[in-house]
Parts: sequence; C-alpha cells; structure tokens
Amino acid sequence: MKSYALFQKDFHSELRTRYAINSLAMFIIVAISVILFSIGNENISPGLTGGLFWVIIFFSAMSGLSRAFVSEEERGTSLTLQLIASPATVFTGKLLFNLILVFLMNIVITLLYSMLFAEFIIQNYLLFFLTFVFGNIGIAISSTLIAAIIAKAGSKGTLYPVLSFPILLPLILTSVKLTSFAIDGVPISEAFFELAIVLCYDIIMISASYMLFDFIWKD
Amino acid sequence: MIWKIFLFLLLCFVSIAGIAFPIVQSPTKWYEFPFILGLEQNAKIIFFHVPTSWLTVIAFLMSTIFSIQYLRKKNLDDDAKSYAAAQLGIIFCILATVTGSVWSKFAWGSFWSWDPRQTSIFALLLIYGAWFALRSAIESEDKRATLSAVYSIIAFLTVPFFIFIMPRIMTGLHPGSADDTNAGPIVDFKMNFSMQLIFFLSMIGFTILYFWMWNLGYKSIILKEKINRQLTRG
Repeated sequence: MKSYALFQKDFHSELRTRYAINSLAMFIIVAISVILFSIGNENISPGLTGGLFWVIIFFSAMSGLSRAFVSEEERGTSLTLQLIASPATVFTGKLLFNLILVFLMNIVITLLYSMLFAEFIIQNYLLFFLTFVFGNIGIAISSTLIAAIIAKAGSKGTLYPVLSFPILLPLILTSVKLTSFAIDGVPISEAFFELAIVLCYDIIMISASYMLFDFIWKD
Repeated sequence: MIWKIFLFLLLCFVSIAGIAFPIVQSPTKWYEFPFILGLEQNAKIIFFHVPTSWLTVIAFLMSTIFSIQYLRKKNLDDDAKSYAAAQLGIIFCILATVTGSVWSKFAWGSFWSWDPRQTSIFALLLIYGAWFALRSAIESEDKRATLSAVYSIIAFLTVPFFIFIMPRIMTGLHPGSADDTNAGPIVDFKMNFSMQLIFFLSMIGFTILYFWMWNLGYKSIILKEKINRQLTRG
C-alpha cells in the first residue's frame, strides 16, 4: 500500500503545479500542428497516418515522462524516499503514476488525431485497442526505468530520448505494424504473432525493471 | 607467441582464399566455390561480413555478461572489461554496416533499403551510441559503472527482438529472411565443403582476433586507471 501512497503523493503534487500535464498538453498540440502544417493540402495514405501517430506518442512520452524521477532529484527528496520505502515500492508508485499519465496522454492524442486526420480510419477497433493498451504499458515501463537512470546521471534531459529510443524501438516498430493492420482491417487471428511480441516485450521489460531498479536506486 | 603466428597465417589464408577462389557453376576441384542463385559473385562477402556482424553480437553479449558481473561483485575491473568489449563491438558494428551497405548497392541496387537486417544493425549502432553517450555524461566512476551496466542489460534484452525475431517475421531481401526462396539457408545447403571450411575458419580467425584485441584493450584500461589513481593520490 506504500506504493499507492507514493502514487497519491505524486498525483497531489502534480495537481498542485500541473507542470507535467500542462507541458504535455501543449506538446501534443504543437506536435500535431507541426505535422498538419507540413502536410498542408497533400493527401497522405492511411498507412502513413499510423506511423505519424506513433511518432507523436513517442516524442510526447519523451517530453513528459522523465519528470517522475527528475523531480525527486531536483527537490532533493530522493534520499528521504530511499529511507522510507524499498526500491520495488518506489518503482511501483512511479510506474503507476507514469501509466496513468501515458494513458491520459495517449487518449487525448488519439481523440485529437482522429478528429484532425481524415485519413486515420480504424477498421478493426479491437486490434487497435489491444495495440494501444499493450503499447502504452510498454512505453510506461521502459520510460520509467530510463527516467530513473537519467535522474541518477545528473538529470541530463537531452540524453532521455537518446537512451529510450533503442529500448522502445522493437515496441514502436511492432505497434506501427499493428496499427497499420488495424487501419487495413486485418482480423486479429492474423496479427496474433505481432501482438505476442508486444506482450512479450511488456513482460520482459517489467521483470527486468524490478530486478535492475535496486541497483539504480541505491547510491 | 606461436598462436599469434598461427592467427596471422590463418587470417592471411582466409583473406586470400575468400577473395581469390573462383565461383563456378559445378565445382570439381577443392578450391572452387559453388554458384548460388541470387547471390552469384556477391556471395564472397560471407567470409568477411558475417564474422563482423557475429562479433558485434558477441561483443555486446560479453559487455552485458561483465555488466552483470559488475553489479554482482562491484569490481571496477569488470566495468573495464565490459567497456573494452563494447569499444570493439562498435568498431565491428560499423564495419558490418559499411560492408553490408556496399554489398547491398551491388546486390539489391541501393545502399540502404530498410531491410529487417539493416534495421537491426542500425538499432545496434544506436544502442552502442546511446551507451557511450551515457558513459560520457557521468563523472563519478562507480555511478558510471553501475548505470551503464544497468543500461547495457536492458538494451541487451531488446537485441533478441532485432537479431532473431524481426528478420524472421518481416519480409526482407537479406539472404536467410522469412520469404527467401533462392538463397535459402545458405550455410547448411547451398555451400559446398570448401566454402563452409573457409567460412568457419574465417569465423574462428576473427573470433580469436577479437579476444586478443579485447584482452589488450581491457588490460590497458585497467592500467590507465591505476596510473590515474596513483597520480591523483600523490
């Protein structure tokens, strides 16, 4: 239950300043409008919209998710956290917070995106939903762990996307493929292998995170 | 000393044999290579390109093993070993990318076509790049060793996706891909005995070369740190 308390603490301090939510919301709007401006009046293929969708998700995640641990280092509260809770508890709390943030962010992105891009038409909703859920969980897990590394490496903000991209690449490649399947209306039975890859990725990353977080967290 | 001469002779033989032995329709003499449909004369790259990409993965594996070793024992020598392995790994990774890309210009018609294998070697380059960027960002020795060890382990977990899963599920041009009908599993069926012999000799030669370079590399890193420590102490 300690991890839930930690999540609540993050949640309340986020509601007080609304730093992450505000900057994320602005980032999403900026990213989507840059893509809209660059497309202009061109007709883009439905397959391309699926790829651009994940580009926006990746960069929005990179702009907002490192806050979880960086804010602790900035306020100098990480030592207190080390005293009162075990590493696994801290990680669970931060992961919960990032999961909520990723899901909120991506629901907003999906809604805005499907309103603004006429070509983005999903034919297989269930497949898209599964991709969305598994993909978001994977992004939240990997980026939480990398955020912890970044925070301990002296909060080097520019390193965050550099370190996260190779780790997230298998997930993003497979999700882009699954999204294009969902746009083309491929039945779930044919996309089973790709779904299994995304699910495996989530499981591998969450087990590795819990094993490795101890080493990052303890000074 | 004797094994250095042996290694020199072995690599000389492999280089000469790999380049000079002719490829003919139906090999009769021991030094003739068979004609593989879809690869033709381009097949000879297998003696040099495959060992470099094999060593890229071996170097990464060793770097990860010594990272795990470091996290268990907290001995900075293991960090030096992991660092030396990754340094060689990035060299072989660049070599594999460049040789593959030059080869693909002649075999497929363009230097880069985002074949699954090309995607995966590119991802490996990115991982190595990110790893060195992380190392250069941290001042404190212990912290650098710990964080880079953790990153190397997480990054290694994504490698099976790139090396073993992606090329097999995605359609691609690279010999040995999922839908490859001409060049098929090359090592088992299409190569004759002399080609296999030189291929495996080349693999062995390059692997020994790698371990020798790695041995020199990590020893020099450990010595450098030792001298640094002595200098700063007084």
